[in-house]
Amino acid sequence: MTTLSELEAPQRTPVSDAAPDQVVLAVRGVHIHDHVSDREIVHGISFELTPGKAVGIVGESGSGKTLTCRAALGILPEHFAVSGGSIDIVGHDIAELSPAQWTELRGSTISAVFQDPASYLNPSIRVGAQIAEVIRVKTGATRRQARHRALELLAAVQLRNPALVYAQFTYELSGGMLQRVLIAAAIAADPTVVIADEATTALDVTVQAEILDLLADLQERTGLALLVVSHDLAVVAQLCDEVLVMREGQVVEQGTTAEVLHHPQHEYTRMLIAEHEQYGLERYLHSELSAEVGLNRAG
Amino acid sequence: MPAEANPAVLQISDLDVYYGARRRRRQALDGVSLQVSRGETVGLIGETGSGKSTLARTVLGLVPAAAGHIRIDGEAVAGYSRRQWRTLRRRGVIQYVFQDPLRSLDPDVTIEDSLIEPLLIQGVGRTEALRRVRPLLQRVHLDTELLARLPGELSGGQRQRIAVARALVTEPELVILDEPVSALDSANRVEVLEILKQLRAAGVALVFISHDLGSVAGIADRVAVMYQGRLVETGPTRQVITAPQHVYTRLLVGSAPTLHSAAADRAERAALRAALQHV
Repeated sequence: MTTLSELEAPQRTPVSDAAPDQVVLAVRGVHIHDHVSDREIVHGISFELTPGKAVGIVGESGSGKTLTCRAALGILPEHFAVSGGSIDIVGHDIAELSPAQWTELRGSTISAVFQDPASYLNPSIRVGAQIAEVIRVKTGATRRQARHRALELLAAVQLRNPALVYAQFTYELSGGMLQRVLIAAAIAADPTVVIADEATTALDVTVQAEILDLLADLQERTGLALLVVSHDLAVVAQLCDEVLVMREGQVVEQGTTAEVLHHPQHEYTRMLIAEHEQYGLERYLHSELSAEVGLNRAG
Repeated sequence: MPAEANPAVLQISDLDVYYGARRRRRQALDGVSLQVSRGETVGLIGETGSGKSTLARTVLGLVPAAAGHIRIDGEAVAGYSRRQWRTLRRRGVIQYVFQDPLRSLDPDVTIEDSLIEPLLIQGVGRTEALRRVRPLLQRVHLDTELLARLPGELSGGQRQRIAVARALVTEPELVILDEPVSALDSANRVEVLEILKQLRAAGVALVFISHDLGSVAGIADRVAVMYQGRLVETGPTRQVITAPQHVYTRLLVGSAPTLHSAAADRAERAALRAALQHV
């Protein structure tokens, strides 16, 4: 099985356009406004990503976490707009980007994986060809090179028979396999930042862990920066250095993962932690920890 | 056989189930044996395609068994005709709650009519049925003003609680819940789990089906783990989580996201995945 370390170095190293301490994604005091309801939906969110860093956003559906991701990708739905603050991608203020510059950045600098992989792939084109297409367009590779690289990527995301999967259609693959294909497509042009928005939510727990491990591998070995969005605090805690907790468009808590887990300030964060402590595996695996943090109140 | 003679509300032994015919025949369940005692809560865990939902559907008579025995409330049901199944279901000894209550609640029927329907089928009068349904709403922490509404006018969490209430109207011995909290957000998940805990305390046996060990850990007395159509491990919840035996169970426990360090690290999970290829 090809692992990521064996994966051939691309023509361009992943972080060539970003020094290790360079801020690759900066979200500064961003507000998002909905013109239809004339209401502000996101009331100010700020965080920074440097190469190899992972930031997580936790919140319910409707908390504004997905809109924040879409703002960073320049794909807010039509009637939404960034009404305050700024977003920089490797030093470029996205408000000043032309459509051509956006096309240039997407895929090769910032890319994303969402919850429902099937809806981001064309059902009538073999999945391998769709990845190869990304490689051809983004790196100028020949068809042959693109096919070769696509097969390498399919192996790198731990699909057991890359040549077979390459020639398959979306309906022939399971949800976990599709999500791996989508991750392969997302990293095909060696982006600096990958946004994973509920990317593992619909998957079995063991497959979820496999995908999260894959992202952690990429982060370690290639210096990929990750923005991980989930409704599950534990998913974010496993992968991220910093956590933001969002509720109704407000960031109610923000800090290092350890700070947030051990000294939660907001009642909502405490509820998310208590749910795990009372109903999750933590009850059996980390009873000494929960006692220490004083979370077993209802226990 | 009278119910009292058998303390198990559900007894499954050596169950085989196949899907498809001839060359496309695939075994969905392979020699599955499981017993659920009165008032017991069993977490039935497995990944997509492991056979956990097939097991539930077989118990409900929706999928025929090729071999093995099922006893519900002491009564051997394998080989039941459709008619016998209908009679059994009408008695409401076993009830079923789906992941998505929109599938089990008719969108054009008010909550009130949905709730009393199982009783009307049993021949209970409307007034009496309504009298019995009201306290159930309290049990699922909902206001009686919701009775006049349609399922579409309720939130996902409210709908799931209505589905639980509807499962309770026939005073079942056993409720099978298929991923009852997977689609809910945190607050509603806790609410539904609280309700299930109260049901357990009231002596209703529960089979809680989920792909996620974490979602049943806080409520199940016992956990049964399915993998590729077989029951690979059964034991008290604490034992299965702290000392898993089967490779799949070890991977399952090691894969569950936890707030602190996971039960297995990345390298251990990779080794377990590799080992599982040879099981």
